[in-house]
Amino acid sequence: MSRPGRERRRVVAVEPVGPYALVRLERGMLDPGNPGQFFMVEAPGRVLPRPMSLCLAPKGELAFLLDPIGPGTRALAALEPGERVHVFGPLGNGFRLDVPRPLLVGGGIGVAPLPYLSEALERPPAVLGFRSEHHAEAAALVPNAEVVIDPVLVTDALPEGRDVLACGPEPMLEAVRALVPDAQLAWEAPMACGFGACYGCVVEVDGELKRLCVEGPVLCSS
Amino acid sequence: MQLLNASGCLDALTAPDVARSLDAFVTKTVTPEPREGNPPPRIAETDHGMLNAIGLANPGRQAFLGQTLPRLARELGPVWVSVGGFRAGDYAETCEQLARDEVACVELNLSCPNVDEAPESAAEVVGACRAATALPLYAKLSPHAWDIGETVRAVEAAGADGISLVNTLRGTALDARLRPRLARGAGGYSGPALRPVALAAVAAARRATRLPIVGMGGVSTGRDVLELVACGASHVALGTVLFADPDAPSRVRAELRRELDELALATVEDAFCAALELVVKAEN
Ligand SMILES: Cc1cc2nc3c(=O)[nH]c(=O)nc-3n(C[C@H](O)[C@H](O)[C@H](O)COP(=O)(O)OP(=O)(O)OC[C@H]3O[C@@H](n4cnc5c(N)ncnc54)[C@H](O)[C@@H]3O)c2cc1C
Ligand SMILES: Cc1cc2nc3c(=O)[nH]c(=O)nc-3n(C[C@H](O)[C@H](O)[C@H](O)COP(=O)(O)O)c2cc1C
Ligand code: FES
Repeated sequence: MSRPGRERRRVVAVEPVGPYALVRLERGMLDPGNPGQFFMVEAPGRVLPRPMSLCLAPKGELAFLLDPIGPGTRALAALEPGERVHVFGPLGNGFRLDVPRPLLVGGGIGVAPLPYLSEALERPPAVLGFRSEHHAEAAALVPNAEVVIDPVLVTDALPEGRDVLACGPEPMLEAVRALVPDAQLAWEAPMACGFGACYGCVVEVDGELKRLCVEGPVLCSS
Repeated sequence: MQLLNASGCLDALTAPDVARSLDAFVTKTVTPEPREGNPPPRIAETDHGMLNAIGLANPGRQAFLGQTLPRLARELGPVWVSVGGFRAGDYAETCEQLARDEVACVELNLSCPNVDEAPESAAEVVGACRAATALPLYAKLSPHAWDIGETVRAVEAAGADGISLVNTLRGTALDARLRPRLARGAGGYSGPALRPVALAAVAAARRATRLPIVGMGGVSTGRDVLELVACGASHVALGTVLFADPDAPSRVRAELRRELDELALATVEDAFCAALELVVKAEN
């Protein structure tokens, strides 16, 4: 397993992707980790860093796709090239890659970890759902993707007999789990530390409260 | 001056390197029975701090003594154990069972804002524990008391060997639709916003006692450590800052050395002498 590191990295660029922002950082000595793992990224001016899935690992860089929904993600989207932020990771458990017939499923900003995952699995088919055409511009980051737009849902477009690896809003993950009980699902919870220190990120796993940053964020539902 | 972690702000078994970078490790509060803690969401960041309503999640006394403590001691040597409960007898029973080489010190958590049952008066709990153990006993106090000096004198009279303060302040935060962001509604407020509160509380405690004081509350830099020492802290604990920066212990120590050079102070303890005059003034 890759060892997490913490470094202050320079911003290479922040690029708009539909309503989202792709934040590209210099990689330094950091290990990009496995698809589905995440990094705690310093959000300038905020008390706590924000958990972000690795989206892409171009040579010498780490890139994060983020949805500016609140003070932390907006501060990250407002970064200027040359500024520096602390990055800590890779953290948590990513997707298992030893699956014979992978299908990637993403909803909204849940597409974030899929480009890196797609690369690792040699571009398997993907089904991505978005709220609007504008949001769907992010689909360009994922090869071989079929795109559906509200009111059509990803669960309306799932082929059968596939090993599903999914990331998206909770209702989407619940719906995918109902159809594909053994799907690998990447969940979210508010996180203060990302390394098991605060017990803030607990979610119910098999009837017990477990730290998502330690046990997940990718959990297998079966 | 020793640098510790604040209870509940570091899990030494998941992050042993961070725990080793401190002078002493303090466990999460241990209660007699296992506690799953409060339902999620349990944490929310605010502009200048964070709220938590973890609810003293811990494996309980039996599992702590049987499994956690031996593993901690193997990794780190003797540790400080934070003890919680709902009656003085709970605390005393746990203290009795902690008489082991693996325990360096006991910190009595008399101030958790995230559980409904309030413990008996701080002095009663300390008295019961004093009768149950010869281990050093620190009383961890809340910043809510208006007269901290009075509580400090009472727990000292009951047999405390030291004082830890502050725990969190009760706070709440609302989401965009005006609903509480924590499932429990309110939680403990920690982080930078707590620092002025901690400074005043430590100064008030120092005016009331000569016992060692572990100061904490919003510390994130070497300068912050020095200010707490100036107000009377003997040792300093890092809490919320560890979430954002697990390298904080070594960074804070380096900053502290630079700060001392700049102020031409030979040792950290000299910072207290520099502030002594001010503390005496506030008393009159
Ligand atoms: C492992 C992990 C990986 C993530 N990867 C990405 C990513 O690649 N790209 C990305 O844009 N986001 C990602 N997120 C979510 C991201 O961390 C949050 O959106 C961010 O922390 C919000 O911070 P903020 O200050 O902008 O907004 P806040 O003010 O914290 O939140 C704004 C609104 O979103 C809600 N909210 C905040 N955090 C969460 C959460 N974790 N789950 C559900 N609702 C929440 C709040 O209740 C509020 O209504 C990830 C989360 C986790 C746990
Ligand atoms: C997530 C979290 C969990 C905590 N758990 C405990 C605990 O179990 N026992 C305790 O005495 N204090 C607990 N505290 C309080 C801290 O030990 C400390 O007193 C407080 O956070 C102030 O310091 P800070 O501002 O540096 O975080 C907790 C604080 C946080 C943020
Ligand atoms: S985010 Fe702190 S324990 Fe998971």
